[in-house]
Amino acid sequence: MPLHDSAAVAASGVPDASGHFGPYGGRFVAETLMAPLAELEAAWRRYLPDSEFQRELRDELRDFVGRPTPLYLAARWSRSLGGARIYLKREDLSHTGAHKINNTVGQALLAVRMGKRRIIAETGAGQHGVACAATAARHGLPCVVYMGEEDTRRQAPNVSRMRLLGAEIVTVNSGSRTLKDALNEALRDWVANVDETFYIIGSVAGPHPYPALVRDLQTVIGREAREQCLERLGRLPHALVACVGGGSNAIGLFHPFLEDRDVALYGVEAGGLGLDSGRHAAPLNSGAPGVLHGARSYLMSDADGQVLPTHSISAGLDYPGVGPEHAWLKDRCRVHYDVVEDAEAVEAFHALSRNEGILPALESSHALAYAARLARELGPEGIILVNLSGRGDKDLQNVLEAQAVPGAAA
Amino acid sequence: MSVGRIQECFQRLAAERRKALIPFVTAGDPGTEQTVPILQALVSGGADLLELGVPFSDPMADGPVIQGSSERALKRGVGLRAVLQMVSTFRETDCRTPLVLMGYLNPVERMGHAEFCERAHAAGVDGVLIVDMPLEEAGPLRAELRARQLDCVMLAAPTTSAARLRRIGRQVSGFLYYVTLKGVTGSTRLQVAAVTEALQQVRACIGALPLAVGFGIKNAAGVAALAPLGDAVVVGSALVDNLAAAARRGESPAQSAEDFARTMRAALDSASRNQES
Repeated sequence: MPLHDSAAVAASGVPDASGHFGPYGGRFVAETLMAPLAELEAAWRRYLPDSEFQRELRDELRDFVGRPTPLYLAARWSRSLGGARIYLKREDLSHTGAHKINNTVGQALLAVRMGKRRIIAETGAGQHGVACAATAARHGLPCVVYMGEEDTRRQAPNVSRMRLLGAEIVTVNSGSRTLKDALNEALRDWVANVDETFYIIGSVAGPHPYPALVRDLQTVIGREAREQCLERLGRLPHALVACVGGGSNAIGLFHPFLEDRDVALYGVEAGGLGLDSGRHAAPLNSGAPGVLHGARSYLMSDADGQVLPTHSISAGLDYPGVGPEHAWLKDRCRVHYDVVEDAEAVEAFHALSRNEGILPALESSHALAYAARLARELGPEGIILVNLSGRGDKDLQNVLEAQAVPGAAA
Repeated sequence: MSVGRIQECFQRLAAERRKALIPFVTAGDPGTEQTVPILQALVSGGADLLELGVPFSDPMADGPVIQGSSERALKRGVGLRAVLQMVSTFRETDCRTPLVLMGYLNPVERMGHAEFCERAHAAGVDGVLIVDMPLEEAGPLRAELRARQLDCVMLAAPTTSAARLRRIGRQVSGFLYYVTLKGVTGSTRLQVAAVTEALQQVRACIGALPLAVGFGIKNAAGVAALAPLGDAVVVGSALVDNLAAAARRGESPAQSAEDFARTMRAALDSASRNQES
């Protein structure tokens, strides 16, 4: 796969004033939520550029989250692959074990400034839920986390962690009982409790301003990584790789590199049991533009417009939609989106665990698997940076189960 | 543009000093074959305008009752195409009662705005209310609706500001649907006093446009309480629940629908008369 010569994308200018990334994004919600979204947008425009807010956010990221996260050369793993050098951006070392907390500390600061007294959130893998629960505890705010029943089962350790952090977990039994249904239920809660409640969306999805707000809070990943590369390597990597569910860790890493035209960007969706099987979660690779959860973006829906059930071994990628900015970046050919299937992700999980002593999240394992492919193509001169978006402790049960099934996990 | 069924309906009711009864049912629930008989029965029982819900997999503005009915209908394969077919069938026996489709945007996007509007018009639909399409995103579909003489019904909520109400009022056609509470359909926290005050402001902002009130109206008492405040009352979740219960008991949902509408009609008319006297 050659490094494609992509057109530079203006990093600023999207979204436009009405929250659109080209034809994507926007604010497709019931009327009741229009006023609170306008209120949130006003707070985002007012506080994000504010130096006092930025100072407080910087302190939170340093002292509570533990930033900056390291840039780590996976030397043994790279050698075993026989190709490019692979560096890992260690978001797994962030407090609560994933990049999600970069966003929750920022949104919580906004909530406090807006005088909101209650936090709600949706969660898939549970990483965003845990980050919200921890952040809410730190601010003394009650926190309610919506989680699909299927996800509470496969991510049981995170359910316990959220409870220990004082959050109330609401199990969602409607629809497919996964992340999309948790999001529906959180939106219903917000509609009913709109005056006092702040809804912390965990990805670069949802109605405007969430895709832009969450992006702004996650770009700390890419800013740090870019600086670390220049300082340590004296140059930028040839390629960046990140997994894409809703797409917040990918946007966070990619965004500060969008103008660096020599850096190829790869977003990896969940191929599940294969695109042909229909059992996957790859809207950018197999879907079409549609409207769900407040935004227009690529979406997996059938000919009648009903949202399709998805499958991924990784709960955090098991979502039929994707953030609207990814749709925009796909159409502009600035990011190349591909898929990695369950089995290949599990294989990468084991490879990193054994070669580097790092248990990666199954979400991040998709990015690792893709980087392994790229490493062979780029050869020993190549430099690849992978966003290791989360740690894998929450996935042990799934990985062990996958191994127990003959042929399922290589 | 000729006067459509919705406008004609509200004009007639205004002349008679009566309020419109608008029942909502989800197409395809409690059974695919029962929807058209239910619509006919609602009209027999005194409904003035019908709201037909288009099932969607992710009805994020709806409470458990309508979510459940949507899920059941989808299991029977009832999507937008099937709903339009039901409207066509209904029109074979009723060319007078206005009918509004209520649903979410993605099925319409997937069919394509122009094709949807053409098919809806051909089937005999009079208006369309897309729950997750606020004013700012409504432009393209509204233009297509208008080209086919279909009304674009929109929502207003307790969180909608006066300035925004005026903007919505200029863009809506048919009627404005005022959501009486902060919550999803079928909520239980309706407060009549607060709604009364809010609706006076709404009325001042939208002029003569017909005003329907809905969300959280459970029974005849609720209908009677809200009747004086607008031009129409919408009853959804309570009816959907009633029909599902009838089906579970092995009774005729159509008969239940007619009885339900008759009860609501009586409450509405008696409230209108009390307002007069």
